[in-house]
Amino acid sequence: MNFVIPSFAPAIPEMVLLGLISFILVADTFWSKRFQFATYYATQITLVVVGYLILSSFTTTQVITFDGSFVRDSFADILKLFTIVVSLGIFLFSREYLLQHKFYTGEFFILGLFGVLGMFVMISANNMITMYIGLEIMSLAMYAMIALRKDFSQGLEAAMKYFVLGALATGMLLYGFSMIYGATGSITFPEMAQIIASGNVDRVVLSFGVVFVVIGLAFKLGAVPFHMWMPDVYQGAPSSVTLYLGTAPKIAAFAMLYRLLEEALPGLVEDWQSLIIMISILSMVVGSLVAIVQDNLKRMLAYSGIGHVGFILLGVIAANPEGYSAAMFYVIVYAITGVAGFGMIVALSKTGNEFDKISDFIGLNARNPWLAFMMLIVLFSMAGIPPFIGFWAKIIVIEEVIKAGFTWIAVIAVIMAVISAFYYLKVVKAMYFDKPENESRIETTSSGANWAVSFFALSLLILGLVPSSLIDLCYESLKAI
Amino acid sequence: MIALSDYLIFGAVLFMISMAGIFLNRKNVIVLLMAIELLLLAVNTNLVAFSHYLNDVTGQIFVFFILTVAAAEAAIGLAIIVLVFRNRKSINVDDLGSLKG
Repeated sequence: MNFVIPSFAPAIPEMVLLGLISFILVADTFWSKRFQFATYYATQITLVVVGYLILSSFTTTQVITFDGSFVRDSFADILKLFTIVVSLGIFLFSREYLLQHKFYTGEFFILGLFGVLGMFVMISANNMITMYIGLEIMSLAMYAMIALRKDFSQGLEAAMKYFVLGALATGMLLYGFSMIYGATGSITFPEMAQIIASGNVDRVVLSFGVVFVVIGLAFKLGAVPFHMWMPDVYQGAPSSVTLYLGTAPKIAAFAMLYRLLEEALPGLVEDWQSLIIMISILSMVVGSLVAIVQDNLKRMLAYSGIGHVGFILLGVIAANPEGYSAAMFYVIVYAITGVAGFGMIVALSKTGNEFDKISDFIGLNARNPWLAFMMLIVLFSMAGIPPFIGFWAKIIVIEEVIKAGFTWIAVIAVIMAVISAFYYLKVVKAMYFDKPENESRIETTSSGANWAVSFFALSLLILGLVPSSLIDLCYESLKAI
Repeated sequence: MIALSDYLIFGAVLFMISMAGIFLNRKNVIVLLMAIELLLLAVNTNLVAFSHYLNDVTGQIFVFFILTVAAAEAAIGLAIIVLVFRNRKSINVDDLGSLKG
């Protein structure tokens, strides 16, 4: 038995990230006494350094290392870069929020970074063990983050719910993994695909496993009928944690979906496609209809997120590179829109006022026209109104699903998109046409938050005017595999 | 000789018990934690059984990872339960209903 040292080069960004987090974790105990913001700045610098490492070694070919358990390709690199952009925004918004609500601790940033590490591992996973470890690094960090505000009983309830349902989802996913392992005798994704293609497998056990894997994925993505946790957790968690939960993990969950369904189980398309069709339609319907009656903006955005997951799954239904790249484009756009939308709530939330009710937004135009305009861009982009980027995201997934021959699904998707425009416009109406009780001017918690809201919201407009570069980037990254 | 299917049925029974524990349990949150552990043990049983019958050691290595992570998960779950108890003086599932849904 000889031991070959694997090539560490493809995993350098993850290793540097882990090393820096461990350093910050120890250093925070000393820093927190003297310089209040040292951990925050160290966190942002870590993200920038890791982003630079990924960018400087950007690969267009596929590199597999650690005996087939870790893969680095341009798909992974692009998703990781967007995870970093989104996380930079999340931490920037969170700092002021944590100070205002008096639970500023270094742990928030450290747990956040561990979550990012988990997402990286998930995005680059090439076998079931790596996938599971990445998923758990991310989930465990998020359970702890929701419970971070120790005197906030609503947040603790949300943490408890998320913990139980998240662990249940992981259990389902693992049960599916064990079945697939039993049927194929392999845990490495490309190897599994080969064995399934050879036809020398027990189809019954395999289909059984696929059902459990899809249920686990739907739980993690927050798709109907496994969406129960999303509204409660989004509403109950402190807004800065909702901002984190609702954005970056979606990118990682999409990567997980892609790696499992396309790289490991493409031979079982007819087994999982019908499941995904059902989940996708239900998500779009529930996401659009239930959001209408919500009066809490975080809860409304949670239902809107469920609807968006339905649209992301439309691209997966097509099950070809064009479809996946459309879904990838959608998930990136959704993450950026989510940072701007939840970021707005976080940036306006001050001591004693969470600013998460739709009624809080009444007359925002009279109180701060610029922020109202930014919120308008975010809501229009979510509703899919041109020229904002959300429109292109919706149009290309619908185009792909029509090309794949499911015109009836596209019809449902368009109807649901129109219905969902109603509740986004309800907020716009509150901002622009309703009279506020209190006409005093409102500002964001810090000028940094103001800049960040403007940056993310305007990027929706600018990307919407020139969408082809990002669409091409997604398509090229998937074609290279 | 015990056949592979016996182990799989055993795993499925454990899985069912833990599902029932999670969805029917209306009293204590700690029971939920036990049910989650049982769910992971059902998976481990499956993996070890498959690993033995396939003559492939990978499944058993997977079990080590699951066991380790399950311990970390239980630690976080218990920590959350302690916090909930401090705030509400109760860990009944029925009392965790202030968020509608």
